[in-house]
Amino acid sequence: MAKKYVSGVAGIWLDDHELVKACAKVRDAGYTKFDAIAPFPVHGLEEAIGIRRSWIPYVTFAMGLFGAACGLLLQYWTSAIDWPINVGGKPFFSAPAFIPVTFELTILFAALSSVATLIVVCGLPRVDPPIIDPDLTSHKFAIFIPETEAGYDPAKAEQFLKSLGATEVKRIAEY
Amino acid sequence: MSEVARKPLILGDKTYADITDDICKPIETFPGRGWFGLLISANALFLIYILAVAAVIATGMGLLGVNHPVAWGTMIITFVFWIGIGHAGTLISAILYLFRQKWRTSVARSAEAMTVFAVMTAGIFPLIHTGRPWLDFWLLPYPNQRGPLWVNFRSPLLWDVFAVSTYATVSMVFWYVGMVPDFATIRDRAKTKLRRVIYGALSLGWRGSARHWSHYEMVYLLLAGLSTPLVLSVHTIVSFDFAVSQLPGWHTTIFPPYFVAGAIFSGFGMVVTLLTLVRIGFPTFKDYITIDHMEVMNKIIMATGLMVGYAYGSEFFIAWYSGNPYERYVFFESRATGPYAWSYWTMIFCNVVAPQLFWFRRFRRSIPVMFVVSIFVNIGMWFERFVITVTSLHRDFLPSNWGMYAWSMYDTLVLVGSFGMFLTLFLLYLRVVPAISIAEVKPMLHVGKGGHGGHEPGGQNGGH
Repeated sequence: MAKKYVSGVAGIWLDDHELVKACAKVRDAGYTKFDAIAPFPVHGLEEAIGIRRSWIPYVTFAMGLFGAACGLLLQYWTSAIDWPINVGGKPFFSAPAFIPVTFELTILFAALSSVATLIVVCGLPRVDPPIIDPDLTSHKFAIFIPETEAGYDPAKAEQFLKSLGATEVKRIAEY
Repeated sequence: MSEVARKPLILGDKTYADITDDICKPIETFPGRGWFGLLISANALFLIYILAVAAVIATGMGLLGVNHPVAWGTMIITFVFWIGIGHAGTLISAILYLFRQKWRTSVARSAEAMTVFAVMTAGIFPLIHTGRPWLDFWLLPYPNQRGPLWVNFRSPLLWDVFAVSTYATVSMVFWYVGMVPDFATIRDRAKTKLRRVIYGALSLGWRGSARHWSHYEMVYLLLAGLSTPLVLSVHTIVSFDFAVSQLPGWHTTIFPPYFVAGAIFSGFGMVVTLLTLVRIGFPTFKDYITIDHMEVMNKIIMATGLMVGYAYGSEFFIAWYSGNPYERYVFFESRATGPYAWSYWTMIFCNVVAPQLFWFRRFRRSIPVMFVVSIFVNIGMWFERFVITVTSLHRDFLPSNWGMYAWSMYDTLVLVGSFGMFLTLFLLYLRVVPAISIAEVKPMLHVGKGGHGGHEPGGQNGGH
């Protein structure tokens, strides 16, 4: 998963509400690739940055269906085709009796694939990734403008973040 | 904005940094004598458990009281008991999440830990109950050289294999996903290299990017949505182990909801038992797990206790109403007045009578009272499974087929010892993992303190 790290400019905030306001302004200024870093999911931050709704539920739904199909097919094939055994005169394909296992496999496939997708989408696991400030997982918040941003000018970005109320602005060589 | 006054969920005048410090403290300081004392006691019990289980496996199931006609005993009773305990953790972490119950954030982590450890403890029992645990892989449908001979997918016991293993897997994954941001917090404030490496690995390199949080919250919601029907299905399927049979007292349609209500009831009993102790052990946690939190859980105990009480009554009514002499015999004679009547009335006292104390606000908010009641609930719910399993089996259709459960020393050792395993795991957990979810508690900081109520001021979501 080792992706190349990017350089950029980061501004630190101490209040989550200020961060949300600042993010909306950064977005209004035309930045699209910037990111915010927060120790907890901040209410309203996604809208302020313009992050689109996560598409992971589609994976969950598809894999849930796949799990259900696997469960049903497994039971059908083993009980009715590979070695049919008469149990109490029930039909070989005893649909009602096959519901519990089908249901459990639906949940299992859906849950595990959602988490696996999350891990892949977030580029995890990462070994010792560079961080902007150790307090960003505790009580500080940050906005990071990467060099990949169109028309990126570190001096201008620094100035801009400072004008939005960042308590501290620093250039980051690797993030 | 709503004008209804909310009670604060976090007491004291705290900042985000204070929350991090408070919750990380037990992990970053050396445990005191109290914790070591408890750990050694729990370990001693655990050791007894290992020895008792080893003796049962080496010698055979004959060491336990199972015999004819009572072929299901301590192993099944205690399995259902522990699985049920786990359900409260999932209720708190998943169902209350879907209901947007903010108070759940303070207790969710420990309740989920309880779930995971209870399911681990529970899972061992049916494996030993098979009598030849070294052949337990036969429970899985895998291609084998015996035909291949497949498992019987029409059997509730096989459904149970799938239900419990799925439940264990999904609960652990849910628990772990919730811990990833907190592991990153510990990693970033680690003072020693070793701690940094261990928690860095556990955190998977999480950095708290808003884009990641967006996916993360969605997955958390999905897992909550998936765990909710899962947890209901698990105890439903456990109840099928009984209900799908044709034994009087087992063959009833009320079993699935009755078992689920009982599971939540017993689980909350265990959560209250554990959290009263956690509050004593870590006094700073009293600001997070407040009396208000405990009171809400006691209300749930009372509500589910009433549901369970209703189920007990309903069973008697239906037995009478059915006109079936065997059903009537099981309830009106065998359970209420038979040789196991003492266990039935113990159950009624612990599960139906004791929680009635919680009608009074004073008792709901009293730590000693709730601790004692929660212990009663734990005892009562073990007896419920004892009553269901043993009284139905020991006197069925033919009086010539009657007998008693031959309770032995090993039954006691296995039952008591299993608490050693559970408590050992829980005590270690308290020192290794943040026992309150740091990332989930922080957004609740402003709830009930005026100002923004945990939300963006003036935001469109300000109303609740």
